[in-house]
Amino acid sequence: MTGLESVFARARTEGRAALIGYLPAGYPTLEGSQELLAAMIDGGCDIVEVGVPYSDPVMDGPTVQAASDKALRAGFRLRQLFEVVERISSHGGQAVVMTYWNPVHRYGVDAFARDLAAAGGQGIITPDLIPDEAATWMKASDEHGLHRIFLVAPSSTDQRLEMTAKASSGFIYATAVMGVTGTRDKVGAGAAELVRRTREHTSLPIGVGLGVRNGEQAAEVAGFADAVIVGSAFIQAAEADGTDGVRRLAAELAEGVRSPR
Amino acid sequence: MSEAGTVTTRRDPAAVDPPEKVDLHAPGKHDPDETGHFGPYGGRFMPEALVDALDELRDSYDKARVDPDFVDEFKRLLRDYAGRPSLLTEAPRFAQHCGGAQVWLKREDLNHTGSHKINNVLGQALLTKRMGKTRVIAETGAGQHGVATATACALLDLDCVIYMGEVDTQRQALNVARMRLLGAEVVPVKTGSRTLKDAINEALRDWVTNVDTTHYLLGTAAGPHPFPTMVRNFHKVIGAEARAQMLEKAGRLPDVVTACVGGGSNAIGIFHGFIDDPEVRLVGIEPGGHGLDSGEHGATLTEGIPGMLHGAFSYLLQDEDGQTIEAYSISAGLDYPGVGPEHSWLKDTGRAEYTAVTDDEAMHAFQLLSRTEGIIPAIESAHALAGAIKLGKELGEDGVILVNLSGRGDKDMDTAAKYFGYAS
Ligand SMILES: Cc1ncc(COP(=O)(O)O)c(C=O)c1O
Repeated sequence: MTGLESVFARARTEGRAALIGYLPAGYPTLEGSQELLAAMIDGGCDIVEVGVPYSDPVMDGPTVQAASDKALRAGFRLRQLFEVVERISSHGGQAVVMTYWNPVHRYGVDAFARDLAAAGGQGIITPDLIPDEAATWMKASDEHGLHRIFLVAPSSTDQRLEMTAKASSGFIYATAVMGVTGTRDKVGAGAAELVRRTREHTSLPIGVGLGVRNGEQAAEVAGFADAVIVGSAFIQAAEADGTDGVRRLAAELAEGVRSPR
Repeated sequence: MSEAGTVTTRRDPAAVDPPEKVDLHAPGKHDPDETGHFGPYGGRFMPEALVDALDELRDSYDKARVDPDFVDEFKRLLRDYAGRPSLLTEAPRFAQHCGGAQVWLKREDLNHTGSHKINNVLGQALLTKRMGKTRVIAETGAGQHGVATATACALLDLDCVIYMGEVDTQRQALNVARMRLLGAEVVPVKTGSRTLKDAINEALRDWVTNVDTTHYLLGTAAGPHPFPTMVRNFHKVIGAEARAQMLEKAGRLPDVVTACVGGGSNAIGIFHGFIDDPEVRLVGIEPGGHGLDSGEHGATLTEGIPGMLHGAFSYLLQDEDGQTIEAYSISAGLDYPGVGPEHSWLKDTGRAEYTAVTDDEAMHAFQLLSRTEGIIPAIESAHALAGAIKLGKELGEDGVILVNLSGRGDKDMDTAAKYFGYAS
């Protein structure tokens, strides 16, 4: 069993959803991001999703964009990603990387997979890589034992859900609403329906992201999904209160995923 | 793998197909493979949320392109609204500065709204109606595509939102006013470099959110499949007309066809008229800005490395980490760090060549055409003219050059006045 699989297995026995928290590597600085990610795990995140800051993040709303920009302006370099992942792994945390595809392509897909696996990373979430274009990544991920976490959306047809589910491993990322990242007052009603439709094609865990910001919403999503994914709200917490804010939010969300509704 | 760009047939140069008889829209051997790849380039590097919309667009377009009703309506608008066919004008006084070679100008500047952009916009706006969508979004750099889009939306009664980098809204204030006059909402984009590439990012974010009602009317032959093919086909009329006009007026095909390359739409449109004439050289001119060594340019094909941006795999200005490098050009319509995927394939196969001219070379050509022919070109198009000056010197007196004059220069008066010190 991979680290990721054992997290989901444990959550399942405990009758709860897993909590996945996102922050960009190098935000606000390299050192700072390592502290924030550690605080996330302390507070109760089961898995951390380490973002790769990128110049053209089309799936992201203003909060993640601004954080990404901050990291790049602070001098973030791609190779530092592996240091960040390594730190998490050596503290017993489970890390997946969320990245737009061009940085991976530029680094070399196989080299990236090799270095990520060596750092203890579990896999990659690919917001702008669909299975249709992923031949190189399929091969590299198999070779280096990494999970392929593709996205599904409310607009995905059943045929695409099936195809994407087949190509995925570890878990599947269901985007709750049609839109970009950012906190929302309501998680889309379409989220539960998307999870239901996706389940018809897979026994993999399904995580729901885009819009979750508090314990109450986490509990709601935990009622129908295997993982709750939170990003922008962690950035807002970091902006407001640094590591304390992040730890507090993680604790609130961790309680939420333990009281599914 | 696709056959695109591989030249197999040699046409009889004297064979004149009247442009209205040639089917520019039918599927053919220069189309990409089924998933939108020209060789290794193109494809779809897009969020899953948009795949269904791209499939819908592809299916609608595939039906429309072989539907005589659609094709006839498109041709009617090009003729009765845009003013096609555009003229072919010889430029003998300008040619004296081009090593004595003959120079012919394809006058896209005479189209309604002042550039080639109207061709693609009318095609996609008609398609939007067919898809039953009511809202159109678009990006714009110089404002030409935004103005053309706002125009077509006024004509066809579609809601229109234009994303424009904040920097460009200042550089092209008059075009902002034009779009607003035409009823469009103009949204200044304040993220990233605040120029064209960020306007595209913002338009994509809007599209993901509003895809049910909205068509993204992309302004160049780039982006995810089917955009590069569809936009190209709407612009093929440029090359088809130009080929027939050359045969009629010059009595022969040109030695070289040249066009400026931003995203690549005007270039791909004129190139396709000659792509099966292997004796005709196709030369794309990129913005060299302050010079290739300065690092401040937009010469994607000349200096870039293949990568993914805005949904396609193509040459790209990027750093070692795969971050996009901001492009620079005096011309707002050319400062884009990516380029349409078919150009990447034409470059690799050798069917087309790409080279750059600097801001200064372009501005020299801009002034020269104004003073020798009484035609003020767009600064974008002035890059192609600067290319013709160099190519003419290579070819000498026997040479014949066809230049795509993609737009007129009225929009550039502010920049030109500053550059030449005309403002009092
Ligand atoms: C007159 C003119 N020519 C050329 C371009 C560059 O675009 P493309 O390379 O797609 O033809 C623009 C873009 O705004 C333009 O306005």
